[in-house]
Amino acid sequence: MKKEERSSIRFIDMTWEFFISLRLTVVLLFTLAATSIIGTLIPQNESREAYIQAFGEFWYRVFYVLDIFDMYYSWWFQLLLLLLTANIVACSIDRLSSLWKTIFVKSPPFRQGMFRKESLKEDFTIDRPADQLRSTYERVIGKAFRYNRTEPSETGYFIYAEKGRLTRLGVYIVHLSVVLLLIGGIIGSLFGFEGFVNIPEGESARVIQIRNSNQTRALDFEIRCDDFDVSFYRTGMPKEYRSSLVILEAGRPVAEKDIVVNDPLRYRGVNIFQSSYGQVPPDVRTLQEAGVELSFKSLESGMVYTRKIQMNRPAPLPEGRGEIVLKNFQSSYVFMGQRDIGPTLVGAITPSEGEPLELVLPLRFPNFDRMMTRMKEGRRFVITVHGFPQRYYTGLQVTRDPGVPVVYIGFVFMILGCLVTFFMSHQRICIEVVEKGKQQSRVIVSGNTNKNTIGMEKQVRRLSRILHGVGPAGPIPSKAGEIG
Amino acid sequence: MSSSQLLSIVTFIYGLSAVLYITAWIFEKPFPGKVATWTAVIGVGGNILGILLRWVETYKVGYGHAPLSNLYESLVFFAWCIVALYLYIEYRYRNRTIGAFVVPLAFLAMAYASLSPNISDRIQPLIPALQSNWLIAHVITCFFGYAGFAVAFGISIMYITKQRRTAAEGPVLAHVPGTETLDDLTHKMVQFGFLFLTAGIITGAVWANSAWGRYWGWDPKETWSLITWFIYATLLHARLMRGWRGRKIAYVSIIGFIAVLFTYFGVNLLPGLHSYGTQ
Ligand code: HEM
Repeated sequence: MKKEERSSIRFIDMTWEFFISLRLTVVLLFTLAATSIIGTLIPQNESREAYIQAFGEFWYRVFYVLDIFDMYYSWWFQLLLLLLTANIVACSIDRLSSLWKTIFVKSPPFRQGMFRKESLKEDFTIDRPADQLRSTYERVIGKAFRYNRTEPSETGYFIYAEKGRLTRLGVYIVHLSVVLLLIGGIIGSLFGFEGFVNIPEGESARVIQIRNSNQTRALDFEIRCDDFDVSFYRTGMPKEYRSSLVILEAGRPVAEKDIVVNDPLRYRGVNIFQSSYGQVPPDVRTLQEAGVELSFKSLESGMVYTRKIQMNRPAPLPEGRGEIVLKNFQSSYVFMGQRDIGPTLVGAITPSEGEPLELVLPLRFPNFDRMMTRMKEGRRFVITVHGFPQRYYTGLQVTRDPGVPVVYIGFVFMILGCLVTFFMSHQRICIEVVEKGKQQSRVIVSGNTNKNTIGMEKQVRRLSRILHGVGPAGPIPSKAGEIG
Repeated sequence: MSSSQLLSIVTFIYGLSAVLYITAWIFEKPFPGKVATWTAVIGVGGNILGILLRWVETYKVGYGHAPLSNLYESLVFFAWCIVALYLYIEYRYRNRTIGAFVVPLAFLAMAYASLSPNISDRIQPLIPALQSNWLIAHVITCFFGYAGFAVAFGISIMYITKQRRTAAEGPVLAHVPGTETLDDLTHKMVQFGFLFLTAGIITGAVWANSAWGRYWGWDPKETWSLITWFIYATLLHARLMRGWRGRKIAYVSIIGFIAVLFTYFGVNLLPGLHSYGTQ
């Protein structure tokens, strides 16, 4: 063999040794635990400005370089997960290849060497000849263990028995489940998306915003929100958010559902969840369609009148005092060139006598006009916006994750694997019966197990007690069935 | 009697039981130990009665939901899980010493729930995010897991105390089970806790997927439960390596329980979504 060939083989061996070591597992698991803390102390995916304000320019740079602001998706965290996967896979291959023969054999090999452990040994003498005991013992053992066989020895015979051989696979199912979770996660991040969209009542949307990025994504269908409702408990806590959604393909409705939190709409692999809501600021179009309700309080008589006014259509003032017209709606209005008073209706009043007056009705400040009537001559009514069409928008989370089935299979495997690993074991029993004169036998019961030695000790004691009490013709004690 | 009153009484019963267990352990007298056991049994009965009564009360107020929806209710359930699990261990292993280290934890949980000014025992309606059957599965599995870790923690503390004193061979620890049994029991409790924490994380993930369309979002509570899970996975594997028995394992189990407590209480200090403790 050439020199570099040998060294490359050595390198491969060393790499393999590295990846099959349990020490690496312990180090990786602990490192994952420790580093995961960082992302819970430093909020993830905030804006640049927020970080600079919190940590200063220098630390912002340091954290930025280390991907701390999105650390669970950073190259180094993903590398740790990848190492863990490699560790699990290598370790499983290594162990399984040597376990395979123990697990998948027709007649399992038993060697006396397996049964050396002193704490798993019980020993007694019984006043029966060995061959008389044999068939009863075989029956007792056969009830409690799945597999048994008898082998003659020079001084008597051995009865070997075992059960739970396949439970040795439990750990590998747990480890396989971890790998499945990671694969499912990768599938999700490659082929899935997670976005959101706000849809005002009565409108529809096809394009969603992808979370934590500036990207958008067009869906294959349209989502229409016909209605949104929020209801409250008496205490004022929210009780239910409900959106009536319709899915449209090529303009035709193909599915509909009222969704609430915890009960989403699923359509063609896309899940649509109720996640937030808000009020749509009024816009000119809706105001034009629905009109505006104004209330007029007469300064002279104190009477209050309510009138529905259509945009751009002059309407008579109460008490025959002239005319009012709403000309415009501005989503932000700068009053006297100084202050922005937000969404505002602008109009004019033409009194029955005198000059036309400008009318400014900010939606956020209902008392604004009272002030104006004091300042201006010729006003006879305080006008407030009584009602304008209020619309909600529903905030929907829209996601797709084709990795979910793989992850869920992983979940099931993990639970099943843990159950098997923690509560079941591979138990082997050897009963050695030695002739001791004509009428006596010595019986040695010994056990072997892959885990839970203390439980096995109890079993060996129990089994030995039962075997001690068994006569050749006597019935099998019902206890025997409980061994195990 | 209202459930809160009944549960306040249970707090004192647990306190009494804890004192008796400790007395029995220090003075090596079997009698207070026996009384301690019966006190704990009464406490655990009153505790579950309190929970059921509270369930009935939620229907009377008109909300009708399982009493597992806020910090108060979860602490009460946590205390119940700890004592129930402990009594099972006591029955199986016929040893009362562990009670001196475990029952005080249940008492502390109940005392914190009943006495802390930050925790309200008012029955509140469920906000929309919590209106799901997964809530029940999630809370029950998580707190079974936490209870397993709490018992493991008590045993680990006991283990370390025992080891410290074996040199001096003080009489106080003569009744403590052998270190090997303790080590084995720690391992069993960690396995129990790990199984249920795993199930708790999984039910949480399935719930999150059905409520928000993402089974995992790295929010601080989720992440801390994963950190806890990693720590106990470390413990299970470290135990398979040569030389990691007894004392070292006891320390990892203590670190693990600190992570449990942080997952449960500390996370509220961090920014996040989970609703527990924000009241
Ligand atoms: C998150 C990742 C992992 C989880 C949840 C996990 C879980 C488990 C569990 C529950 C056990 C049983 C322990 C016991 O008997 O008490 C176990 C055993 C074991 N694990 Fe892992 N494991 C993980 C990663 C790994 C990795 C990366 C390796 C790679 C070397 C590994 C190697 C082993 C081995 C060799 C055993 C012992 C099997 C035996 O008893 O024959 N595990 N694991």
